[in-house]
Amino acid sequence: MLPTSLLLLLLTFPFFGGVIVATMQRPSRNASAVVAGGVMAACALLVAVCWPVVASGDALRDYNAWLPRQGINLTLRLDGLAWIFAMMVMGIGLLVVIYARYYLSPKDSAPRFFALLLFFAGAMNGMLLSGNIIVMVIFWEMTSLISFLLIGFWRSNAAARDGARMALVITGAGGLCLLVAMLIVGYVAGSYDLDRVLASGPALRAHPLYMPALILFLIGAFTKSAQFPFHFWLPNAMAAPTPVSAYLHSATMVKMGVFLLIRFSPIFGGTAEWFNIVAGVGMVTLVVGAMVALFRHDLKGLLAYSTISHLGLITALAGIGSPEAIVAAIFHVMNHAVFKAALFMAAGIIDHETGTRDIRKLSGLARAMPFTATLAAFAAASMAGVPLFNGFLSKEMFFAESYAWHGGSHFDDALPYIAVLGSAFSVAYALRLFFSVFFGPPATDLPKEPHEPTPWMRRPAELLGALCLLIGVLPAITVGPILHVGALAVLGDDLPEYSLALWHGVNAALIMSVLAVGAGILIYAPFHGFIARGPEGPPFIHRLRAARVFELFMIYATWRQPRRLLHVLGTTRLQVQIRVMILMGVMGAIYALWSGGAELYKPRLTGANPVFALIWIVGAGCAIGAAYKAKYHRFAALILLGGAGVMTCVTFVWFSAPDLGLTQLLVEIVTTVLLLLGLRWLPRRRADMVDNFSLRVRVRRRGDLIIALVCGAGVAAISYTVMMMPAGNLASDWFLQHAYSEGGGTNVVNVILVDFRGFDTFGEISVLAIVGLTVFALLRRFRPAMESNELTTQQRIQNEYDDAADGRSRGDTVRDYLMVPSVIMHWMFPVIILLAAELFFRGHDLPGGGFAAGVTLAIAFLLQYLAADVTWVEDRLRILPVRWIGTGLLVSATTGMGSWIFGYPFLTAHSQYVTLPLVGQVPAATALLFDAGVFMLVVGAVVIMLIAIAHQSLRWSRAREKAAEEEN
Amino acid sequence: MELILSLAIGALVASGTWLVLRPRSFQVIVGLCLLSYGVNLFIFSMGRLRMAAPPILSKGAEVDPAAYTDPIPQALVLTAIVISFATTALFLVVLLAARGFSGTDHVDGRERDL
Repeated sequence: MLPTSLLLLLLTFPFFGGVIVATMQRPSRNASAVVAGGVMAACALLVAVCWPVVASGDALRDYNAWLPRQGINLTLRLDGLAWIFAMMVMGIGLLVVIYARYYLSPKDSAPRFFALLLFFAGAMNGMLLSGNIIVMVIFWEMTSLISFLLIGFWRSNAAARDGARMALVITGAGGLCLLVAMLIVGYVAGSYDLDRVLASGPALRAHPLYMPALILFLIGAFTKSAQFPFHFWLPNAMAAPTPVSAYLHSATMVKMGVFLLIRFSPIFGGTAEWFNIVAGVGMVTLVVGAMVALFRHDLKGLLAYSTISHLGLITALAGIGSPEAIVAAIFHVMNHAVFKAALFMAAGIIDHETGTRDIRKLSGLARAMPFTATLAAFAAASMAGVPLFNGFLSKEMFFAESYAWHGGSHFDDALPYIAVLGSAFSVAYALRLFFSVFFGPPATDLPKEPHEPTPWMRRPAELLGALCLLIGVLPAITVGPILHVGALAVLGDDLPEYSLALWHGVNAALIMSVLAVGAGILIYAPFHGFIARGPEGPPFIHRLRAARVFELFMIYATWRQPRRLLHVLGTTRLQVQIRVMILMGVMGAIYALWSGGAELYKPRLTGANPVFALIWIVGAGCAIGAAYKAKYHRFAALILLGGAGVMTCVTFVWFSAPDLGLTQLLVEIVTTVLLLLGLRWLPRRRADMVDNFSLRVRVRRRGDLIIALVCGAGVAAISYTVMMMPAGNLASDWFLQHAYSEGGGTNVVNVILVDFRGFDTFGEISVLAIVGLTVFALLRRFRPAMESNELTTQQRIQNEYDDAADGRSRGDTVRDYLMVPSVIMHWMFPVIILLAAELFFRGHDLPGGGFAAGVTLAIAFLLQYLAADVTWVEDRLRILPVRWIGTGLLVSATTGMGSWIFGYPFLTAHSQYVTLPLVGQVPAATALLFDAGVFMLVVGAVVIMLIAIAHQSLRWSRAREKAAEEEN
Repeated sequence: MELILSLAIGALVASGTWLVLRPRSFQVIVGLCLLSYGVNLFIFSMGRLRMAAPPILSKGAEVDPAAYTDPIPQALVLTAIVISFATTALFLVVLLAARGFSGTDHVDGRERDL
């Protein structure tokens, strides 16, 4: 028995490889191709190693819990069907890597290309290996995303971007439908595990949700496999580099839809709905795709429609759903992958060596490129279903199935005719592809002189071409066992008797084959000139493009309609938006109170302390005064704001929250200084400017006043109600009881912050760091308004006085004014630093802590800036706030991660007291280290904000001096 | 006491709301500061009002939760104070930058007719 971890290795290996390739240097085409090819080969080997288990009809399984409670687990499961597809993904992946190495030009970023290719292979692999249907959808969507990046690989090309977007929208939307379908299936089956889902077919088919689930499931499969009417994204995806088209859009990704159909046919299939919808859509796609392909002039466009048509054929087989049809479907998936990848590679070679993909320009290439012509002949013959090539075998099985009886409806009776019609067109476009490109007179107006490519560019395609012949001649030996195992995995005991052989005698299928080939020649031979002269697409209906309909719809749904809605519902006015937000909040609160039936307490003034009442008479007065003055008297408003802040601070202290009081006081200082610094850059606003508000403005102001009063009254009522309700908080009791015994600190608030809820604090200091850096970045680029650039009135008066007096130079007056304060501020510097240290070290046991200490130290720095001018301070004191921030964050994070070493989760704290000489007992919890990180970060963030604003005036005074010099 | 504090919260919130709805960016900043005082006091008051019972334990002794005030609202408010300082700073800088770019201190970045 193989180790099941092999599957996990197989799943993760391409992703690891992708990351490695992505980090390589750009010009390393060879190195990245070698690594990518090596990963593909290794994965193919891993898949091959699993063969013995799979061949015995068993599945290899591996279980890794992910979200076990939701039933979503990383269950890996490799059975015969998945084995075939995985082998195709890795095998053709290897060939595509080799091919792409020579296809990419040195200008393309090879590491990006190969990394994406590996990620894609990994996502495909994950989807195939998933034994959990939800995980499968996740990988399914991942392939959509990566295919978006691959189609848009040449991102400067508008067609590539549009094609990529279209593919993403269609397949992504399909993936969402699939997700819903899988949720329904999981609900009906009672599990998301694939094994249990596959066993619950009868229950699903009898369930009332069967139809919705089926429709959603089919939308998912049809969008991915480009079935009519979702087919149009595939031709537009041809803007991708040809290796991508060969890999994603012929061999692998588009096969996921049919993989899904085959995989789930045992549980969804067997009903009339399944037969009619799936076989019907498949047949329509088969005929429409083949017809359109015949009329395309672009080589890749022809191949894209041919791919659509062949996917239709496979879909039709899955829809027919009989055991024989499933065998044929799996067989045709393999054959199509081989011959279509070869053809795409040949198309890429032709494009690469001649400079054009236009079939009308290309002609007679067989002389210049004999090897390419031969391999293209093999692959095209296989595509057309010519005997001796692999496509013939699976197509014959298809004919036999379409001829067989499945219930005798009119649609069933029509199947053989539709099949022959579609195949006739298929023969015709194969003839057109081959003869117009490789035969005829040598082309004259090609952008490049055609010649064979470097040998290794055509080796992969040659190998695939040879496989067409080999499988076609010796099917039983080459693919017999693989096909058997794949079909066994789907059908189990229903596995039919079938024979893989070239010759079955003259039967209906052979006659249909002959008819199709004959009809194809009859279509091509007389009309090929007419087709070449015609438009791009079938006559009469070539203007009807599904892609255009889709684009019109997208423009309507994502541009016109939203703009109209925005026009009707939206506004660019901030005030209106805030008003709506506040009103919604008010209504939400009213609703909650109404339905909750809150009990209202009668207001009582018992036990009120007159001092406290006085404090808040002043506080409320300050608040209202600030509101009143903020427009014309900013400075006064700022002082009043500070008054309200101080009252808040007193309240905290009053009601047993020393930590809050301390922090509020410190932050108050910093905020006020910050706003003071900002005042300088605001436009002048005088009370006499306006007061004759229009009626509309007066009504609006009245309305705002009412809103404000309602908000205030509401919040007051709620807080009063809560405060009167009996207390009791179990979480708080727990924190109080365990703060010292487990957190090792007696200051419970600090223990909560740095220990119990350390992760929250970590997030919070990260926010602080981000804000600090944002402020710094904004102010680095920002220039205050030019009109604020003048000297302030005070500065002008001082300068005039200094200029007029003898023996004084500019700036002396302000220095005289600030003489006493600045000496005090200089001398207080070490004292405040000591205070910060005291606050920091006692924080775990007494009010204080990293926040308070950090802000204190920042204030110490700030005072120096106030005491002297910026240049004086920065000559003597070099503060590097960005380093403080970075170090702080690093210290906190490493402290948190330190607990991993001891096997505890992130930020588990350990506490102990250490006796230091002279100082005495010091709490030495790891939480202290964490708090040190908080401390450093707070210092850095606060200082960076203040300095960034303070530097503005410095910059402007420099700019002013420069301007004055230039004037002189 | 509860009544006084709730009225104070109401006054702070009302003044803050009024200012937040005003057109000049400095008014909005002052309004946000007032609102944050109000909201901080509101959260703080959720732990009920206790005098002379700070959540500072005495070492080693048996802990009686009833002897201390509720520490959780305090921890919440402590972080709220720091964050509201950060947002004030950020708003101030955005205000200054917007003023530099647009030449006006109207919150919409351009003068509206009155």
